[in-house]
Amino acid sequence: MTATTTDELAENVSTARLTHLQRLEAEAIHIMREAVSESDNPAMLYSIGKDSSVMLHLAMKAFHPSRPPFPLVHVDTTWKFSEMYAFRDRTAKELGIDLVVHQNPDCIAQGINPFDHGSATHTDMWKTEGLKQAIDMNKFDLCFGGARRDEEKSRAKERIFSVRSPQHQWDPKRQRPELWQIYNARRSPGETLRVFPISNWTELDVWQYVHLEQIPIVPLYLAAPRPVVHRDGTLIMVDDDRFQLRDGEEPEIKNVRFRTLGCYPLSGAIESDADTLTGVVQEMLLATTSEREGRLIDTDSAGSMEKKKQEGYF
Amino acid sequence: MAHVSDLIATDIEGYLRSHQYKSLLRFITCGSVDDGKSTLIGRLLFESHMVFEDHLAQLEADSAKVGTQGTDLDFALLLDGLTAEREQGITIDVAYRFFSTEKRKFIVADTPGHEQYTRNMVTGASTADVAVLMVDARKGVLTQTRRHSYLVSLLGIKKIVVAVNKMDLVDYSAAVFDTICVEYREFAEQIGLDDVTFIPVSALKGDNIVEPSPAMPWFDGSTLMGFLEDVPVDDPDADDSVAAGPFRMPVQWVNRPNLDFRGFSGRIVGGTVRPGDDIRVLPAGTTSTVDRIVTKDGDLDQAVAGQSVTITLADEIDASRGDLICAGGAPAEVADQFEAHVVWMHEDEMLPGRPYLMKIGTRTVGVSIAHPKYRVDVNTLERLAANNLELNEIGVCNLSLDRAVPFDPYDQNRDTGSFIIIDKLTQNTVGAGMLHFALRRSHNIHWQDVRVDKAARAAQNSHQPGVVWFTGLSGSGKSTIANIVESKLHTLGVRTYLLDGDNVRHGLNRDLGFTDVDRVENIRRISEVSGLMVDAGMIVLASFISPFAAERRLARDRVEDGEFVEVHVDTPLALAEERDPKGLYAKARAGELENFTGIDSPYEVPESPEVRIDTSMTTAEEAADEIVEALRRRGIIG
Repeated sequence: MTATTTDELAENVSTARLTHLQRLEAEAIHIMREAVSESDNPAMLYSIGKDSSVMLHLAMKAFHPSRPPFPLVHVDTTWKFSEMYAFRDRTAKELGIDLVVHQNPDCIAQGINPFDHGSATHTDMWKTEGLKQAIDMNKFDLCFGGARRDEEKSRAKERIFSVRSPQHQWDPKRQRPELWQIYNARRSPGETLRVFPISNWTELDVWQYVHLEQIPIVPLYLAAPRPVVHRDGTLIMVDDDRFQLRDGEEPEIKNVRFRTLGCYPLSGAIESDADTLTGVVQEMLLATTSEREGRLIDTDSAGSMEKKKQEGYF
Repeated sequence: MAHVSDLIATDIEGYLRSHQYKSLLRFITCGSVDDGKSTLIGRLLFESHMVFEDHLAQLEADSAKVGTQGTDLDFALLLDGLTAEREQGITIDVAYRFFSTEKRKFIVADTPGHEQYTRNMVTGASTADVAVLMVDARKGVLTQTRRHSYLVSLLGIKKIVVAVNKMDLVDYSAAVFDTICVEYREFAEQIGLDDVTFIPVSALKGDNIVEPSPAMPWFDGSTLMGFLEDVPVDDPDADDSVAAGPFRMPVQWVNRPNLDFRGFSGRIVGGTVRPGDDIRVLPAGTTSTVDRIVTKDGDLDQAVAGQSVTITLADEIDASRGDLICAGGAPAEVADQFEAHVVWMHEDEMLPGRPYLMKIGTRTVGVSIAHPKYRVDVNTLERLAANNLELNEIGVCNLSLDRAVPFDPYDQNRDTGSFIIIDKLTQNTVGAGMLHFALRRSHNIHWQDVRVDKAARAAQNSHQPGVVWFTGLSGSGKSTIANIVESKLHTLGVRTYLLDGDNVRHGLNRDLGFTDVDRVENIRRISEVSGLMVDAGMIVLASFISPFAAERRLARDRVEDGEFVEVHVDTPLALAEERDPKGLYAKARAGELENFTGIDSPYEVPESPEVRIDTSMTTAEEAADEIVEALRRRGIIG
């Protein structure tokens, strides 16, 4: 293929016909407006990752010229990359959006961390329990999440509007049928909703959209020299002095970037020279491993994501 | 990896540009596990290079462990998401899969094909542009093939691909393929599917999936992937597309950032809109002109079906969430009574007359569903009588809404003609439907009629309705006994009313005398009133001489079997005449009253009354107890 065919492709597209990204964008905006219209106290879960950046961008579009009528909620673990915190605070300030940060006080009291308590306990206590607390304390009745159906097999059947019991449980057997673009946002007392506006997006769609719309993302997605150690077959960045080095581990500077962002001791880096967005997309297209492989919590056991979801994660 | 092409490596910017203009196709696959449906989707994902290497490693491990394809990769394992389903070996819900090629991005609704999963198929079909029907080449067109075809046509999918699978197991025989095509086409025409494409494939071996099969040189059509990439959908030039239809936008949200801006946000579900266009807001019917089409990326010169926008109007007219903004010259219809196809999707059956909620577009209203006119057997397409709809049943019903809503018939617009039914108590989505047309006034069904009937009133009263008909000579003691019975029933919480000569003759029947004709009319009217009160759920105590058997029969026939209790208050004429509480016998004997029963007019003694009271042997109190006991024996009171 040459550049000429590319231009021909563009010309052949009727102006009245929407591209797949335009359709996905319009669908996500429609979902956000439905959710906001049918809830009393909505919120958007904000994890600072690229999917969250896309969600926030879509929300700015959905309610323009009004501001999105809900706060961003960051369920914090205190173990994110320092660049993520900086990006989070800057973004909320620039866009003029309320930011609610919740840190599970039990975890603070007990000093829960991934080094001493392991990834499973760390994630469950900070994120799963923390999210429930944030929802209960603020009495949110609907939370937007950035989950996508292409991420993991159990997600392929998740509804866009997904009911959680008063105990925040997800019951895959009791999902509501979801037809056409009519969403049932009603809930019984105590129930809450999770709404996933970018359910039908793939990772490639997200990257293409970030590229097309010039959406700001955390610089950690781009390659740069960073201090890392080899651990359990992956590269872990030494982001601050809380990092517990094992015997023989010596941080070294490598050109790395991150495919997914979470708690820095649990996020594997890959060696890369892609320091531009197009470079990242190029590497992604040529890559041979799927997105979540870099996120350590998924590999605990087969069907682990399904278990986490039933327990209230996401 | 996906989109392996030199372009990625050499000109990533150019590659991304070209991929921005891909269109989107949503399709549904129909078939059971046995048809190789999961294998087909797995194959499409695999062939479009959407299976990553670590997934592939997992697939190889799973195939060896639980696969059904021997040493080959079991593509079906790529799809079965939930652990429980993997163990059962069947998919039990709708799952959405994604892949893309150079030309298109695809969203696949993957649904199981078993009869009990009509709910899932309908759900998956509701958003699909194209349906891929799987047919096993060895088995041909089966009952389930017909079922799937009916469901996709019901949901308004016009383009069908019949993938005749497992051609490798019939020696890639053109004859087998042709026979299936002929058989299917005949059936498809019956249900109005005329845009059908047939492709012989082997999902397992990859024949005619992406590459033309060398084993089937006799087939010159496109491959399945080729078809999916090229089939036109959402074509604004096509006459039947919603993009070519009249403008429709349900108002989702009123956008008021400040006093100077008032916009109506929504997703366009039909036609095109431009500034300056005349519009009409339904159901109110107010009109205005489009001022601006506002987006964060700047105002638009036009917007088309599928886009989410915010519209401002030239006039300050009232519009709110749930309203439908329409092309001024081609507005939607507005009605509160409809005929519709209803698909029931919940374990708790549909209850005709019960109040549910209905969400149509962005509007939620109260709805009552009448008894189905018929239900459709999804296997035979027969129309069957039905009193209700159970899970996975489909019926044609009349709907009555608590207020008027704008709509288009479903076959003209899937978004303005579709609705879901929500249970008021659990808030679950329990049904879905497609509107056909508004009912003419003469066909109107009444909200009240279907909601409360005799049984409902009886249930509220906690007793059955009925008539206790006291007959006997004047002065026999009918009214005395009836009064005591009413007191006793009242004490028991029974809702009663006593009809006797005193309260009927002075009002309702004051125009009637005592001729035989008037006596019959008298009893006819009393029978009618008793019948209405029984319908109202009450127990009527009617105390009239009613000397003729025929008119007592009239009163009995006015109500249902078991609701009529005839009490013959049997007093010898001599005794009644001796009592003569109102001095009537004396007057009759003196010739001052004509047609007096027992004197100069006959009394036909009841042959088999439910209760006979011999007042020469029984007190009025005892008689009343006996009658209450008789009502209890008959189950009229508890």
